[in-house]
Amino acid sequence: MARRKKKRKIFSPIYMTLVLIVLYLPILMVIIYSFNAGRSIGAWQGFSTNWYTRLFNNALMGDALKNSLILAGLSAGLAGVIGTLGAIGLAHGHIRGGNAIESLATLPMMIPELVLGMAYLAVFTAVGVKLGMTALVLTHTAFCVPYVFINVKSRLVGMDPAIEEAARDLGASPMRVLRDITIPLIMPAVISGMMLAVAMSLDDVVISFFVTSAETTTLPLKIYTGLRSGGTPEINALSTLMLALIFVLVGLSQLMRARSDKKLYSSK
Amino acid sequence: MARNTALRRSDERRNALFVLPMALFAVVLVALPLVYVLGTSLVESGQDFTFGAAFTLDNYKKLLRADYLKVFLNSIQLALYTTLVSLIIGYPFGYFMARAGRRWKALLMMLVIIPFWTSALVRIYGWKILLQANGPINAVLRGLGLIDKNIKFLGSYGSVLLAMVYCMISFMILPCHSAVDKMDFTLVEAARDLGSNPARAFVDVTLPLTMPGILAGCVLVFVPSVGIFYLADIMGGGLVLVGNLIRDQLLKVRDWNTGSAMSMVLIIMSAGVYLLYRRSGGDDLGVF
Amino acid sequence: MQEVLLSLKNISKNFGEGDVLSGVSLDVHKGEFVTLLGSSGCGKTTTLRIISGLETPDSGEVILNGQDMTDLPPEKRPVNTVFQSYALFPHMNVEKNVAYGLKVRGMDKKAAADRVAQMLELVQMSEYAKRMPSQLSGGQRQRIAIARALAPQPQLLLLDEPLGALDLQLRRQMQIELKRLQKKLGITFVYITHDQEEAINMSDRIAVMRGGKFEQLGTPEEIYDRPKTRYVAQFIGRSTILTGRVVLADGSLAVVENENGSFTVDADYAKMTVGEMCDICVRTERMRVSRTPVEGFSLPATVREARYAGGSVMVYVNLADGTEVAAECGFRMADAPKAGDTVYMHWNPAQAAVIGGASYGA
Repeated sequence: MARRKKKRKIFSPIYMTLVLIVLYLPILMVIIYSFNAGRSIGAWQGFSTNWYTRLFNNALMGDALKNSLILAGLSAGLAGVIGTLGAIGLAHGHIRGGNAIESLATLPMMIPELVLGMAYLAVFTAVGVKLGMTALVLTHTAFCVPYVFINVKSRLVGMDPAIEEAARDLGASPMRVLRDITIPLIMPAVISGMMLAVAMSLDDVVISFFVTSAETTTLPLKIYTGLRSGGTPEINALSTLMLALIFVLVGLSQLMRARSDKKLYSSK
Repeated sequence: MARNTALRRSDERRNALFVLPMALFAVVLVALPLVYVLGTSLVESGQDFTFGAAFTLDNYKKLLRADYLKVFLNSIQLALYTTLVSLIIGYPFGYFMARAGRRWKALLMMLVIIPFWTSALVRIYGWKILLQANGPINAVLRGLGLIDKNIKFLGSYGSVLLAMVYCMISFMILPCHSAVDKMDFTLVEAARDLGSNPARAFVDVTLPLTMPGILAGCVLVFVPSVGIFYLADIMGGGLVLVGNLIRDQLLKVRDWNTGSAMSMVLIIMSAGVYLLYRRSGGDDLGVF
Repeated sequence: MQEVLLSLKNISKNFGEGDVLSGVSLDVHKGEFVTLLGSSGCGKTTTLRIISGLETPDSGEVILNGQDMTDLPPEKRPVNTVFQSYALFPHMNVEKNVAYGLKVRGMDKKAAADRVAQMLELVQMSEYAKRMPSQLSGGQRQRIAIARALAPQPQLLLLDEPLGALDLQLRRQMQIELKRLQKKLGITFVYITHDQEEAINMSDRIAVMRGGKFEQLGTPEEIYDRPKTRYVAQFIGRSTILTGRVVLADGSLAVVENENGSFTVDADYAKMTVGEMCDICVRTERMRVSRTPVEGFSLPATVREARYAGGSVMVYVNLADGTEVAAECGFRMADAPKAGDTVYMHWNPAQAAVIGGASYGA
């Protein structure tokens, strides 16, 4: 018995460590090679922060960064509002067509990005929506809504309905219940959904590729075009910056989640 | 029937109002574009979709060309391989993760989720660096004296499959983990108590009980794998997938109608897999 | 006890799958402790939710203090609820939970703080004011839920199985405390439980519910001693029900006969006519066992088993036709009849109830 237990205890950590190494090694490579002194993306030719200086002096890069941040912020914000309201409306209610709306709104998660991208391009061209920032915000919001919606709705569904009823019972109007009880309780889910939305927006190449204009470029698009032509340490530096951005986001959201969980669910 | 009260009705009105923006978005930015694609795929080549246009199935018939079919088969094959490899690697990982101690579990969960949050593009690029002819892996192998000439990894089928699995494996690990996590392990003990050896208990109890997680993982990996688009491009090699084909139709050949028809086939395939999965009693596939 | 505070008039409710409530009427007096007792699905929670306004009836009226409240939303009713799951707001500390009902009504901060302190003292939770609900035990959460519901000084407090989640010992203790609290504050309670012992211990009146209707409404004594239906007799306490035909009725006593023999009941409160069929309910602890025949009874039985039951002896017998009867007797084990002995069952005629007897309850 003891011997068997021991065997498993050795095997599973080794296995998991190996998988995790493989999972993180490429990310690490991108970061390491952004400090490569040479132009090659394969051979190591010494340490340098040269590429970052180049990057910061490149006005186009600054534009791309600014665009990406505006885009991610706006679409995550919009998706946050739309998805949260939708989740509140659909969680307990029996709205006619509720299921259809829910399926339709979450459909973008199941459709290949490529198809969505071309569909948007086709419709925008046909209807006359100008390609560029507006189109980007609209489309990013559309594919971000499901992340917020599903996150918030599952939180609402898991909530004891008696909590909201108790507030009504104690004299709060429906709007007051929303303000005092429902929204504070779903806030962690709203925020983590929006963080996910930011990450998705910062990650998106395909849809942006279709609906952007020549003047408007984003970080992932820059990386994509850079990569298609083979990749340079400059792209590494750019990718590293993006990774840093996302790590900060993930870290923040995990921290917030942990704090709110601690407050709500800790036992003595 | 029921006497409807002011109370309930005002709640319902509020809920309807809340759902409105999302409904609007769903119609304008999901339904409308898809209908437009469908429409475009049904009108003759070179024409825009308008109401009252003459419908034709020509664009779909065109897809039956042998080289197009080959591309579709290539994509499905690659997606199947991706799913299989992800399952073989991801299931044990999810299983061990669920069986780990509480503190480890939280850490492992975070370690699995972080790559899922980071740009797939950047992560694939990491592989590209690793696999370069003059890159780190070849350098290590050479250093160990295992090879004397650099191996050309990039562009091989294996390198594309590796990148695919790498991008998709989180989608396999997470549902498998939650299925194992939910399982009552006294059942395994009961099976052992009744005389099963560990392998037998796994096959008879654990595997069937975690099947919903396995199925969910397979759908979550397979469906996006079919439609993936820039991955094979970046890894190099001549592999043409549905994604590349559609892109070329749109941007090189500029035949939107055929491109739309291809997209529709892709959507129908995805929806088909998903429906089949739901029909066989699969759970709702949420995000993590 | 005179003034009617709450009055339910012919309430019906249907959720689409048959009636949950059909024609329930109830008057609750000021200061009264009324319990709705029944097994799950009998409609007791729905009744409570209709009183609080969280549910609206399909037909019928809810009148509080002479005012029709049927269509009033819950926040406008001077009624508060203690929920089964306690429903404490997980993101507010104890103090804020208790203050919530005062805050939304716009009470000024100072007065609200005083009231909260007073309420916490009432439930002996003053030192927990700053704790979060997640840091409290089940019993403590229970107390906070009660304090929170009492803080706005409702005219009527509704309690939905408030002790359901507590273990037996804590439950008994809380029963006593709740009853004491209710007497002290003079607040009217409408209480839900499926535990008959709890209902009998605490209530002024009990409404036994079944299938969306009241089976019987009465004081605990009435419910226990004079069950109106077979269901009530079986649901509350342990008893034997014997069915027979009335063979003699002389006003105060009646003799009933069936295949097992004959027996006597007090017919003072029940109209009984000779030749009629009737059900007689005898509580287990009132069933007597004798080694010799007793006057007025001829119910021979064979002892199946006698078992010590802590302070008394349970004797299980079979009547002539095999009907199983249990009797809780004051024997010492050594004196108890042995298996196979022939014994004679009897009881004090005044302590047997004629089920459905006409003139009681309402």
